[in-house]
Order: sequence, then C-alpha cells, then structure tokens
Amino acid sequence: MSADLLTPAIAAAPGVRVRRRPVTLVACLAILGAALFAVLFGHLLFPNATQVNVLASQLPPGSPGHLLGTDQLGRDIVALSVAGAASTLIGPLVVAGGSMLVGTFFGLLAGFRQGKTDFLLSRVTDLLLALPVVLLGLVVAGIFGASYWWTTVLLIVVFTPYDIRIVRSGVIEQVTKPYVEAARMLRLSSWRIMFRHLLVNLWPLERTNFLLNYANAIIAMSALSFLGVGVQEGTANWGRQLIDGEQILFSNPAASIAPAVLIIVVACAVNLLADALNADDRKAVRP
Amino acid sequence: MAPLTDVMDSADLAPPVRATSTAGAIARLIAWRVVGAIVLLAVISVLVFLLTYISPGNIIKNITGIRPVSPRIVAALRAQYGLNQSLVMQYLHWLGRFLEGNWGRSIEDQTSVSQLFSERVGVTLLLCGLAFAAAVLVSVPLGVIAAVRVGGVLDRLISVSSVIGLSAPSFAVGLILLYVFCYYLPIFPSSGAGQGLADTVYHLILPAATLAIGVGAYIVRLTRTAMVRELQSDYVSFARARGIGTRRILATALRNGIIPVITTMGLVLSFMVGSTILVETTFTLPGLGMLLQSSVEYKDFAVVQFLTLFFAAIIVLVTLAVDLSYLALSPEWRWQLRK
Repeated sequence: MSADLLTPAIAAAPGVRVRRRPVTLVACLAILGAALFAVLFGHLLFPNATQVNVLASQLPPGSPGHLLGTDQLGRDIVALSVAGAASTLIGPLVVAGGSMLVGTFFGLLAGFRQGKTDFLLSRVTDLLLALPVVLLGLVVAGIFGASYWWTTVLLIVVFTPYDIRIVRSGVIEQVTKPYVEAARMLRLSSWRIMFRHLLVNLWPLERTNFLLNYANAIIAMSALSFLGVGVQEGTANWGRQLIDGEQILFSNPAASIAPAVLIIVVACAVNLLADALNADDRKAVRP
Repeated sequence: MAPLTDVMDSADLAPPVRATSTAGAIARLIAWRVVGAIVLLAVISVLVFLLTYISPGNIIKNITGIRPVSPRIVAALRAQYGLNQSLVMQYLHWLGRFLEGNWGRSIEDQTSVSQLFSERVGVTLLLCGLAFAAAVLVSVPLGVIAAVRVGGVLDRLISVSSVIGLSAPSFAVGLILLYVFCYYLPIFPSSGAGQGLADTVYHLILPAATLAIGVGAYIVRLTRTAMVRELQSDYVSFARARGIGTRRILATALRNGIIPVITTMGLVLSFMVGSTILVETTFTLPGLGMLLQSSVEYKDFAVVQFLTLFFAAIIVLVTLAVDLSYLALSPEWRWQLRK
C-alpha cells in the first residue's frame, strides 16, 4: 500500500460521497415508478394471471405468447409477476408505515420521558430483538395459520422495536438542544414539545428509516411467503412464485428466477434511494 | 449501551481517584447484564410454553396431531402432560423437563427431539461456520479498502455491492446460484448434505456462499463506517504528521475500528439464524432450519418449542458473552486487573 492511500480518507468530510451523480437516484425512481404502476394496474393488465391452464403447463421461456414461459399450472410468468407486485409490495408498505407510527410514538415517549417509561420500553424492545424476524414470523404466523393481513400486523410488531430504538436515540440527541430548552422555558406541554417541535427535527431520520424498513419488510414478507406462511396457495406473489418455481427450476428457470430478480431489484432500489436521500441531506446541511 | 458509556466517561475523567467505584460500577454492570439475560430467557420460555395453549385448536389435538384419538387416550394424555394442574405448575414441570434435556417427542414419528437435534445440528453448524469464516475473510478487507478510499470509485463500487448484498434475500440468491451452478454449469450438487466430511463440505459450498453474501454485505457496511470514523480521528492525523508508516496507522485504526464490529456479533448471529432457515429450505439441506420450517408446517409443537428456545438461548448468550468480553477488553478494565 502506498503512502498516499490515506489522503482521501483524511481530506473527505465525514462519510460524504465526494460527488454523487443523480444516475442512481433516477434509476431508483424509475424502478419504483414501474413497480407502482404494476401495483396499481397489474390486475387490470392481466386479469386472468392466476387462472390455471393445464394445457399450457411448464412451457419454457420464449414460447409463443409466453415470453418467460409458464409454470406447472400453466400460468404465464410475465402476467403472474406483474399481478404479483401488489401482494408483494403493499403489505410491506403497511408494515413500514405502521411500525414508523407506533415506533415514533413510543420512541418519543422513551427518549423524552426517560426514567421508568424508557426502562420498560427498552426491555420489551430487547425481548423482540432477541429473535430473528424470519424465525418469529415463521413460528407465530405458521402455528396460528395467519392470513396475509395478520402476518402484516405481526411484522409491524416485530419491526417496531428497531423504530423505537432509532427514534429514541434521535430524541436523546435533540433534547439537549437550545430549542427544546426554550420550549420548556415557555412551559409548553411535553406533548406539544414531542409532537410539534421534536417530530419536525426527526424527519430526516424517520424518512431514511422508513425506506430501510420498507426494503427489509419486502424481504421479510417474501421470505415468509417463500416458507409458505402468510400468502395463500395460488395467490400471485413473488415469494410464493419462488417456492412454486423451485420445483420446476430446470424445466422453466424463469418461473423462479424472474420473481427472485424482481425482489432483489425493488429492494435494492428502495435501499439505494434511502442512501441517495441521506447523502443529499448531508450536503444540504454542510455550508 | 448508555450505562457502559457512563462508566467509560467517568473512568476517563479521573481513573486513579475513582478506581474502586469504577470497579464496583463494572461489577454491577456485569451483574445487571447477566440478570437481564436470564430474565429475557425466562420470558421467552414462558411465551414458547404458552404457544401450545394459545394456538388455535384443542391442546390434545396439538399434542396428538391429526390422528384420531379415543377418550381413554385423551384422559391418559391429560394425566401424562399434567393438564389437570394449574398453568403455572404445568409451566414449571415443562421447564424442569426441558432443562433436564427431556425435550419431548416429535408427533410425526415419535422420534425424540434430542435425537432429531443431534442428527441435524452438525449441518447447520458447519454451514454457519463456513459462511461466517468466508464472510469475515472477504468483508473486513473490503470494508477497510472502502474506508481508505472513501468517496472514490472503489468505495462506491464496494458500497453499492454491499447494498445489493443486503437487499438480496438469501432464498432469491440461493435460487439463482442453484440454477447457475447446478444446471447451467453443473459443478455443484443441488440438494442434500452428502456423506463424510469432504463430501458434506462440497455439498455446503453453494449454501454457505449464499449465506455469506448477506452476512458479508452487513459486515462490509459495519467495517467501512467504523474505519471511516477511525481514519478521520485526530490520532491518525497526528500519527501521519509524525511520519509513521501507512501500514502501522492502518493496523492501529483497524484494531480500534473492529470493536464496534465485534460488539454487533449478536445481530450478525441473529441474521444468520434467520437466513439459515431460508438457505436450508432452498437447498433442501437437512439442518435445524429446515427442521423448524417443516415442524411449523406439521404443527409439531415439541420440535418448534425446542428449536425456538434453542435459537433464542444461543442468540441471547452470545450477545451477553460479547458484551462481557467487550468490558473485559476495555482498557479501563485491564488497568483495574493489573492493579
């Protein structure tokens, strides 16, 4: 290693990417736009996506009329994948939104009140963090035979501790700032300080965390569908397509590779969007 | 983490004067951590125990599975499982049996859970060990390179790859690898765990690579963040100003930078446990993860309860061990010991 190796590390500002072309941002937004289109209009474009057609079973990719072939039930892979966007992407959105709301409420409470409230909340958080999301989801949703929406609720419960922790640490950092002290001097109620003053300043944190949670929720929920939990058999869903497709991996690889790639691409786009917005933020703050 | 920083701060301010109180604080902290871990495990065990009671359907059905049972057998089972006792007594008996190593029998074929466990634990351990070793060997150097070249092309490349690695669920990666290396370029077996050590390792290469991608991406991020912070700290600038070689500076920075990476080992382990369920299912490996998946499917309560508690115990104990070793390795604690 040459001596000048260390120079960039010292020259650059904390964690900043020196020059970030907006290419990543545009690509992410394009991918998410396409995904949104599929979520909103997928069922209109392919109303018969889940219809079984035994005559066209396991056609390989490139078959006439079926660009990516069909699965063992004769369902067209392209149609199934487009129609599957809704059930793959809406549940996780609810998970990320729900855990953000609940997590913000309790995180503010824990960080601002501290003391007993904080202690109690932190112990509940520890309990939920002791087990991996996939294991908790598999055992609880699997044993109870949870439906799609109950699985969503379960994931909100499992994701909330992370939100509580992050919001709590954000609040603890903010509480010492002069504006909070000023608000306290004015004898504003603690609820007003928490939800009018602190909340605004937590926004960048919340936004990044929401996006990261969304990506993780997409992965977690497809993982559960892949394990046969949360999504009924026969539903158009990328995780479900993966287990069904694995059985015919060698006769029509597209049946499972297509949804696998879709999950990776969408989760990546969400994660990179979070990174890009974060970098912009840091640039904006710095003079 | 808050109590820990308190101790460190007070130690930094006045170590000689407050020596005894610092030692006392550390001892109290250790005691708290141990008690906390025990309480956590106790609560988890209660929840796991209650799983059979709050799950839908009749408790006897949950024990016997879907086979038809006569009233006589129901009565015998009620007596055998102590279902006529209070819930608290039942829990204590269950816990007692569990701690003795009597983990019950699988409802599927009446094999004892301990036998199922010992048959399967090897594959999972080997899989996680291989994946962890590969992930650490590749990711720590990559994280350091990215941190050294922060903002550069290489850093961007490594950072973006780590995001992709984190965004790619292990089952999706596994399926793609399965197709590429078992069908397109058939060099690896597609399922099973093989016979004998060499063959088993050969069967585990693809699953371990799948697992390592996720874990590795996580470790790259941790290492990069920690190293960027270290390389920007004053002691690095001063060391450079004094003309100390790059190699030595990097070695020192790495020794400091690796601490936050080690303290998150509990999270890494938790991540691996979750992923190993998916990877084993993808590659049909007869390990603990696949056992858990199939027992949930068949509502095999004894197995599900045992495995859940087993994984929770491992994660809680490793987190505790990491916390304690961090304390033991902290300079302040060493200083106390030397005295």
